[in-house]
Amino acid sequence: MEARERLPAFEQTVLPHLDAAHNLARWLAGNDQDAQDVVQEACLRAFKFFGGFRGDNPRAWLLAIVRNTFYTWLRQNRPAIPTVELDDAALEVADPAAAGEALQTRQADAETVRRAIAALPVEFREIIVLREMEAMSYKDIAILADLPIGTVMSRLARARKLLQKQLAREYQTGGPS
Amino acid sequence: MNCEQARPLLAAYVDGELDTVRMLEMEGHLPACPACTRAVRELQQLQQSLRQESLYHPAPAALRRNVLAELSAQARPEPKPAFWSWFRLVPALSGAMVVCLAALLAVTLNRPSGHEQLTAEIVSSHIRSLMANHALDVVSTDQHTVKPWFNGRVDFAPPVKDLAAQGFPLIGGRLDYLHHRTVAALVFQRNKHIINVFLWPGSEKNSAPSLDSVRQGFNLIHWNQGGMTCWAISDLNPTELLEFTRDFAL
Ligand SMILES: [Zn+2]
Repeated sequence: MEARERLPAFEQTVLPHLDAAHNLARWLAGNDQDAQDVVQEACLRAFKFFGGFRGDNPRAWLLAIVRNTFYTWLRQNRPAIPTVELDDAALEVADPAAAGEALQTRQADAETVRRAIAALPVEFREIIVLREMEAMSYKDIAILADLPIGTVMSRLARARKLLQKQLAREYQTGGPS
Repeated sequence: MNCEQARPLLAAYVDGELDTVRMLEMEGHLPACPACTRAVRELQQLQQSLRQESLYHPAPAALRRNVLAELSAQARPEPKPAFWSWFRLVPALSGAMVVCLAALLAVTLNRPSGHEQLTAEIVSSHIRSLMANHALDVVSTDQHTVKPWFNGRVDFAPPVKDLAAQGFPLIGGRLDYLHHRTVAALVFQRNKHIINVFLWPGSEKNSAPSLDSVRQGFNLIHWNQGGMTCWAISDLNPTELLEFTRDFAL
């Protein structure tokens, strides 16, 4: 298909997910300018490969491209910040009920949550964004991030635990009350 | 389901990832177990905290426009004349035409490489404004409404003129994204023809409006006035469009 003919279909199928693309890129990159560069580049790539798109989940497809673009960008532009090598097998078994901390039971304010998410290693951050903000299924996340479902679940559990601990700490040490 | 079995499944329960059988078993367990109930509540609480609208970063309008502009530019590539194919034509042309052609080539080759990109973006923005019901952020025929609308939205004061008396009524304005920056767009009308004028601060000296190029049937006129880079684009014929830009630049 010619690029000219692809554009309307691309606009209808893929571009409605531009918000999701930007949200993911913004949380991964951590600032507006880099996020926009990543999304722009990802959209161009997506458009290039759109002819081969046959799936029924254009949002997951676009987000996978955003994610790949981000990691490529990260390696090229921020080689000094290595991504954390996660030893998923070593992660403790998820057991939220066993957490002894006094976890807060009301909604945390946005600014505190923002800091807590931003403090997560990027591999946890992306799982949180995909699951909690985009409400994607474990299976879709597994396909998107090219991870086994078990790894998605253990990372998600670990990320949630880190967030809960961080929020509990903020609220105990005279943070926003 | 006992507590030992329930605990590893709590997150999947909250995430709606349990199959029906185990979900029912879980709902049988929870009322009898304060620890699991508390863990579920905390997970749901965390979920709510993470789903606050202000934590979500939707795509800025400028990014959306920029993406569309780039895609449109890609989708409608201007065929670049291959140097050698031009060259092969030369013997067939008369001497005068060769001179013209050489001049044209020189002009084309001397243009900054950003020129192609910029005019493609202008065409894309213009086409989008035609499709999206003119995509006006401020709808007004009154220059005294349109001009202040840009205050605080762009870091410059675009000249806004109503040229209704000259037959080019102003219909509104909007923000657009061109050349990696936010620009002011003014929209005028001549009969059924829409004219977009794009303005942003530039460093060039004042220059008279002149026809820069014709792309996809649209005439593009470029000039500089009062420290502003100005472009007008329309499917209106070049003569009337030039007349318009001269009135605007006065
Ligand atoms: Zn239990």
